[in-house]
Amino acid sequence: MSVRTRLQRWTLWPMLWKEVAQLRRDRFTVAMMVGIPALQLVLFGYAIQMEVRHQKLVVLDQAQTQESRLLAQALVNTGTFDFAGVVHSRAALEQELAAGRARAGIVIPHRFTRDLVRGRGAEAQFVVDASDPLAANGAIAAAGQAALVRSQKIVEASRRGAAPVSVVIQPLYNPAVRTAVFIVPGIIGVLLSLTMVLIASMAVVRERERGTLEQLVVTPIGKSSIMLGKMLPYLLMGYVQIFVILGLGSLLFHVPFRGSLLLLLLLSFPFILASLGVGMLMSTMVRTQAQAIQLGFFYMLPNILMSGFMFPIDAMPKVAQWIAALMPLTYFLEVLRGILLKGVGLTALWPQALILLGFTVLLVLAATVRFRKGLE
Amino acid sequence: MSNDQSVKSAKSADQSGDAVITERLRKEYGSLVAVAGLDLTIPRGEVFGLLGPNGSGKTTTIRMLTGLIAPTSGSAVVAGIDVVANPEAVRRRIGYMSQRFGLYEDLTVEENLQFYSELYGVIGEQGRKRRKDILEEFGLAPRKDQLAGALSGGWKQRLALACATTHRPDLVFLDEPTAGVDPAARRHFWRIISERAHAGLTVLVTTHYMDEAERCDRLALLSRGELIAIGTPSEIKRQFGMDSIEDVFISLQEKDEGALT
Repeated sequence: MSVRTRLQRWTLWPMLWKEVAQLRRDRFTVAMMVGIPALQLVLFGYAIQMEVRHQKLVVLDQAQTQESRLLAQALVNTGTFDFAGVVHSRAALEQELAAGRARAGIVIPHRFTRDLVRGRGAEAQFVVDASDPLAANGAIAAAGQAALVRSQKIVEASRRGAAPVSVVIQPLYNPAVRTAVFIVPGIIGVLLSLTMVLIASMAVVRERERGTLEQLVVTPIGKSSIMLGKMLPYLLMGYVQIFVILGLGSLLFHVPFRGSLLLLLLLSFPFILASLGVGMLMSTMVRTQAQAIQLGFFYMLPNILMSGFMFPIDAMPKVAQWIAALMPLTYFLEVLRGILLKGVGLTALWPQALILLGFTVLLVLAATVRFRKGLE
Repeated sequence: MSNDQSVKSAKSADQSGDAVITERLRKEYGSLVAVAGLDLTIPRGEVFGLLGPNGSGKTTTIRMLTGLIAPTSGSAVVAGIDVVANPEAVRRRIGYMSQRFGLYEDLTVEENLQFYSELYGVIGEQGRKRRKDILEEFGLAPRKDQLAGALSGGWKQRLALACATTHRPDLVFLDEPTAGVDPAARRHFWRIISERAHAGLTVLVTTHYMDEAERCDRLALLSRGELIAIGTPSEIKRQFGMDSIEDVFISLQEKDEGALT
């Protein structure tokens, strides 16, 4: 017993040494593991814009007064719209929208200014292409905002005092409400699980495909040595990825870092190990690297869509929320955003930390149990 | 518990001096019988050849003896240890060369040798010295910094044999070690094997080359999982009334193919 455990313990060192020696020659994989995060960060960071700006707006101004022009100007001033021209009929406006030359149109009727002067509520109609809900919601919110701004100005100008009700909005943690601030911390989690799951799922199956596993398993190497020897170098690569994304995120997108770096690195440890555990578990289920990649993407899709990376979990149907609760990424995203954006510590994040730890133990154990030192 | 047992059986094996003892060793894959109840005894220091057409059960037998696959029934004692009960203990005493080149092509000759010897606990100064000796002995010293993937077939096999023997095992299993290797390299390979056998190493080898079969101390002929004949090359030739092992082999193969059609 003691001889056996001693033997198996020191088989970890040759295994680790061998993995590092192979990784050192595998420049492509190393470059990919640093290059992919950088590329993805730039792609996601610049392309994903949830506040949809620069929507083309056409104006049908039947009133043709100072007031009507100020309303159209207020819309453009929100930053959501770019002025795309004037139309002279309702039909022409709808044609612009149908052809995709405009996303929204404002119709200011003849009696607009007359109603204002008489002190009645003046109405303008905002027509929006709602086939893309995200863009439409942004446009509708901006139109409401523009109307509010104009109303306040008009009320103040008539010296009847300030508007009766006003809500002062204070956006916390991300005052400019920029998407990049929300997305970049999430990218750390998504990329870590993507690369860690894929690379770990291929690690064992690659040896099987090349025929080296058969030679390896007839040696006295312990199976925990094989697993750990493969996982530990990747753990290190995971930390490299974290630093690359944090550095670029701060440099390119000015993403804040309000909490403790040490705590982030500490809580990344169980998450990276859990992701590697998922990959290792997959590698015990597949026979080829191609299957491993397919399974990896099958795993990643719900992770990207349901973990809260892009869409809030609270807004999802119950079933989707249950699935989200089964994914380590869901909890790690809360950790990332909590530490980076809110600057909270372990007092707020201990439940997530415990759950991540639980996932790690469960997944690494399952992978080790399922891994057989044989050919069957 | 299992350790005590394996120590006991190791002692009895030491007394009998047999490196491999199998009793009714059998492997089935569903309805296919790969090995049908094999009884084999291989004494220490013997070069023992397993012969037979493709699919006769040679590789399956070797994989059962090395603990890579579990037998369906029967027993196998290797180096005095029950393989089924304690495969890990057996693995420390044996070396194995798989049919396909199983070393790391992206590691150098020396790195492969170091990795495998260290897995067996051949470490430190002693390990370094032993690796240096074996590199010299196998003629690999000038190539020690080459990537294994850049070696030709003959050199690859030599490196694989070096990796399988640096830890000085009691016996080595060689599964078609010289397939696709040129004659000069095969001769050199067999010279090393003979030298090692003289020094007490037991060798269990499968081959398709009849000149190699003739160099074995004893042979076992397998056909569709069954043991057809066992004995020295001259005994087998006499038993079948043929002039060469090759004739015996071809007649077996034709019989197999006839049975299939």
